[in-house]
Amino acid sequence: MNDKTRTIKVDYLARVEGEGAMYLKIEGNTLKDVQLKIFEPPRFFEGFLQGRDHTEVPDITARICGICPVAHQLSSVYAVENALGIKLEGPLHDLRRLIYCGEWITSHALHIYMLHAPDFLGYESALHMAADYPNEVQRGLQLKKVGGQLQTFLGGRNIHPVSVRVGGFHKIPSKEELLTLKEPLERAREASLKTVRWVSTFDFPDFEQDYTFVAVHHPDEYAINEGDIASSDGTDIEAEKFEQYIEEHQAKHTNAIQCVIRATQKPYQVGPLARYSLNFDKLPPHIQALAKEVGLGETCSNPFKSIIVRSIETLYACEEALRIIDNYVKPEKPFVKYELKAATGCAVSEAPRGLLFHRYTMNEKGDIEKANIIPPTAQNQKMIEDDLWKFVQKYLDLPDEKLQWQAEHAIRNYDPCISCSVHFLKLTVDRI
Amino acid sequence: MTSKPKLAVWKFASCSGCQLSLLDCEDELLAIVGAVDIANFPEASREIVDGPYDVSLVEGSVTTQHEIDRLKDVREQSKYIITIGACATAGGIQALRNFKDMKDFVATVYAHPEYISTLANSTPISDHIKVDYELQGCPINKNQLLEVLGALLHGRRANIPNYSVCVECKQRGTSCVAVSKGIACLGPVTKAGCGAICPTYNRGCYGCFGPMETPNPEGLSNWLLDQKLIEKEDMMRMFRTFTAGAPAFKKESERNE
Repeated sequence: MNDKTRTIKVDYLARVEGEGAMYLKIEGNTLKDVQLKIFEPPRFFEGFLQGRDHTEVPDITARICGICPVAHQLSSVYAVENALGIKLEGPLHDLRRLIYCGEWITSHALHIYMLHAPDFLGYESALHMAADYPNEVQRGLQLKKVGGQLQTFLGGRNIHPVSVRVGGFHKIPSKEELLTLKEPLERAREASLKTVRWVSTFDFPDFEQDYTFVAVHHPDEYAINEGDIASSDGTDIEAEKFEQYIEEHQAKHTNAIQCVIRATQKPYQVGPLARYSLNFDKLPPHIQALAKEVGLGETCSNPFKSIIVRSIETLYACEEALRIIDNYVKPEKPFVKYELKAATGCAVSEAPRGLLFHRYTMNEKGDIEKANIIPPTAQNQKMIEDDLWKFVQKYLDLPDEKLQWQAEHAIRNYDPCISCSVHFLKLTVDRI
Repeated sequence: MTSKPKLAVWKFASCSGCQLSLLDCEDELLAIVGAVDIANFPEASREIVDGPYDVSLVEGSVTTQHEIDRLKDVREQSKYIITIGACATAGGIQALRNFKDMKDFVATVYAHPEYISTLANSTPISDHIKVDYELQGCPINKNQLLEVLGALLHGRRANIPNYSVCVECKQRGTSCVAVSKGIACLGPVTKAGCGAICPTYNRGCYGCFGPMETPNPEGLSNWLLDQKLIEKEDMMRMFRTFTAGAPAFKKESERNE
């Protein structure tokens, strides 16, 4: 078999959000080609944001992704607010962070339990896994549900919530209303603590990589909804400089735009590993201690262990949500007033899958003239291919079917969100 | 061999939110798995059981030639086809391209437009194949999805209202935002199903569930313009969002151009 070409193709990657494929070509004992293809048809959001009123932006950008609508709403609304010189503080800032915590909890629970854990335990899906792990699957679903409840409470519904607007919210809750979320969130905190302990017992391949991490960084909080941009290469820049720091490439095999760091032309990683490794010191001491107890260092560069990091972040999001609820005092007005002007603004936030950049240029009437959106999976696409190059080479002795599953697992480490990345995935293995 | 009905979930151009609604049925999901055989649902499982399928849920709109070919295959393999969401039933937000020159959009997003293959228009599934039931919403309401699936499994008619969002405001006890607060609202012409979320959140309905049965969009926009609750340009934009391609809304947005 050493002289044969093997092709491993996955025409439609499962357990990822959206449409992607993988292609691997192997000649003898050498991996010859790796392509992560994103064939999800493009939807041209930047195109049809042109000419829309700035107030329509958060409703439109939510539709980029059904899994992380809050991330798109908030990156975009912060970008518009930065352009107009609006800075939210106090409870309005906290409520933005609270709805984002809801999205982190529901999206992370979905990925940990429904999309990723089945790879570690050898099941086709969580639904198959449920026969042998009924308590765990139930726990995952209930955890996911609480995140969705939080989004629904603040936003009217969990998919494409309606309450976020330029300047704040259309409607905000009273303290008494918010307190009703405490009991489910306390249950979710217990469930996420069990999740951390459960996923850290999985078997992890020895696959530590020398990544360049890029993540949002905030001086006072574990960055979620806002901040500057930090990188493990020492870069610390404002969101305005992001488009100079990276470079977007369009490759023939994919509908997603791929990103590299401009100075080095090398791929970089965004997402849970990057956030955790760059912002570990912003986690509360008892969560840091828990992370160390379950075997993580202060940085994590094994992408398979992203499931542990997601569980740590889920726990953090539950606790952060509880903290915000305890401290909440209802502000007088749900939003701040502002004046229109011709301006450009950008913002970054941490979508569950990583750094999400939005930039808008408006005219003096508040109409959008230009938009640019750089979603996390577009940034990670090249890094995923890079991981596949290194990972698959180690497992070439495996039969095709097992090799394919391992390669899919390596892709799912990133929780790729393809609907987002198209402006933007397909896996095939060719063996020679 | 199982006697449970086989369910498949298909995705076309979309945000994946409507199929996610199935996984959002956290309390019901394991019961659904008990009642139907989830045979083809790539977002949730790598196991793909071959067709034919008893029920296919189709999400997303048609934007490429490849998708038209795939759809014909879906139709051949499926006994019942239920399209879910604004993309599948009206072309979705990506139907905004239908009002402009596609080349401009591709060039806005991609440096090499020649690598991108796409059709000029984004169209609903029913433009290409016979569809047995359309469930509107951007996103769909998961309880409506459960109702439609349950009705189909039991051989009865789905109890999905055809009236407008106004009725849901009354049911919820939300006072009319147009009358009491002077906020432009598409509730009178928009199909119920969301539970009148936007008016309850102090804003006008923006029509994400698409037109109700026999709507009167012209009457509504004339009244809103008369009352000076909105400018003509904004009226056009309001009808031109997530269900811009639905005929009743398309016509009204064009009338306000």
